[in-house]
Amino acid sequence: MRYYSKDHEWIEVVGDVVTVGITDYAQGQLGDVVFVELPAAGTEVEAGKEAAVVESVKAASEVFAPVSGTIIEANAALEATPDLVNSAPEGDGWFFKLNLSNPGELEGLLDEAGYKAFVETL
Amino acid sequence: MADCDVTGLKTLPLDALHRELGGRMVPFAGYAMPVQYPSGVMAEHLWTRESAGLFDVSHMGQLTLEGEGAAQWLETIAPGDFLALAPGRMRYSLLLADDGGILDDLMVTSTGRYFYLVVNGATKQGDIAHMCARLPAGLVLTHLEHFALLALQGPKAVEVMLRLGVKPEGADIPTIEAMKFMTAGPYLWGDVRLGVSRSGYTGEDGYEISLPAGDARAFAEALLADPAVKPIGLGARDSLRLEAGLPLYGHDLTPEIEPVEAGLGFAVSKRRKAEGGFPGAERILKALADGPARKRVGLKLDGRQPAREGAELFSGGEKLGVVTSGGFAPSVGAPIAMGYVPAAFAAEGTALEIEVRGKRLGATVVPTPFHQKNYVR
Repeated sequence: MRYYSKDHEWIEVVGDVVTVGITDYAQGQLGDVVFVELPAAGTEVEAGKEAAVVESVKAASEVFAPVSGTIIEANAALEATPDLVNSAPEGDGWFFKLNLSNPGELEGLLDEAGYKAFVETL
Repeated sequence: MADCDVTGLKTLPLDALHRELGGRMVPFAGYAMPVQYPSGVMAEHLWTRESAGLFDVSHMGQLTLEGEGAAQWLETIAPGDFLALAPGRMRYSLLLADDGGILDDLMVTSTGRYFYLVVNGATKQGDIAHMCARLPAGLVLTHLEHFALLALQGPKAVEVMLRLGVKPEGADIPTIEAMKFMTAGPYLWGDVRLGVSRSGYTGEDGYEISLPAGDARAFAEALLADPAVKPIGLGARDSLRLEAGLPLYGHDLTPEIEPVEAGLGFAVSKRRKAEGGFPGAERILKALADGPARKRVGLKLDGRQPAREGAELFSGGEKLGVVTSGGFAPSVGAPIAMGYVPAAFAAEGTALEIEVRGKRLGATVVPTPFHQKNYVR
């Protein structure tokens, strides 16, 4: 099941492991990504708080954790090829995987149709 | 990723064209300006280095200064040798406060009959007030508010101007391709009069073109119709000038900084060094003689993580200064920055650290420009 946040992240849920990345809309807004700072495995992240930083040529932008949990793995491929965030934002350009600490938080997120409708209002 | 509210901002003469081209408009210097077009900052930057980029810099202040004694008076507010500035020549200069701090950087062109000045957009009202408060009777300062300013930058700029049929206005004016860097003159595109200089802010060959706002759209569209030309936004303008090692006023230059520590001692002309007589001369001439206490340096970072303006510079536990401009350099393929450090840490090859979000990144003092300039001398 894939969820979306109004902060333009996607959240893929498989059991209690979720994968988080930013949406195609978000990468388009950010522009050419040249560096991604990701949380280390074991880091506790809290929904709505900064979890990663995306650097484009021009600026740094914070990425907020859409759900709370413990980081299992950051996407090591982004170290050498941060442009995966532009070329495959909703696939190989994923940011991190985490163990959900509060599955109830998923209920506050959008589904694909809901996110699409949200983006159209922007 | 907050949206920017650009209402209430002044609009450029080419506002509608920028929007039609898909420009993402942001507030800058009080204007709604395109920060990038759909191809993005990276592609726009690289395009300018290999072909030709069109920049709308109409937010900048264009002024004329006319009257008997204009050169002498300019020498009381800026450290250039304007008495010796020949018609058709332009010079980079600095508007200085009484203590020698930099109020703005500007380009001064002599037309023979008057001086043409280009000042920064964000500072133009302050500059005009500063100059008007000091202007003697007999001199007239005019703000060319109804003129646009475009820059065509890149190795193909010359062939594009030729394909458009831009011609000198008068037999004593060099052809577009014969113009030397930092020269200017009157040119014609059809019956549209253009003030053209061979200059720019990208480290590339190119031209800056002043023309009546009402003619700007037709001229810009003619340039953009050439397959060698693409529109370039503020994002790439900033990364291009950073790679060229060129300081940006309000960031790398401020009223707290004097020219010598900024690496702009060359803006104090030889005769002025000998004679003084410009604002802050005592402080500036002392810095020239003894060397400044701190210096603006270029920094190349280890790794790929950029450091931005405001990041602090360290040597071990000692805080040295701050980054005044920083970002990822597309043509270098690495993050670069500029900042001020004590003179003892300004030597090429000095290893420093930059703190970014609580983490120390390694950096090395390197010569600027970071990317080799391609001017036509």
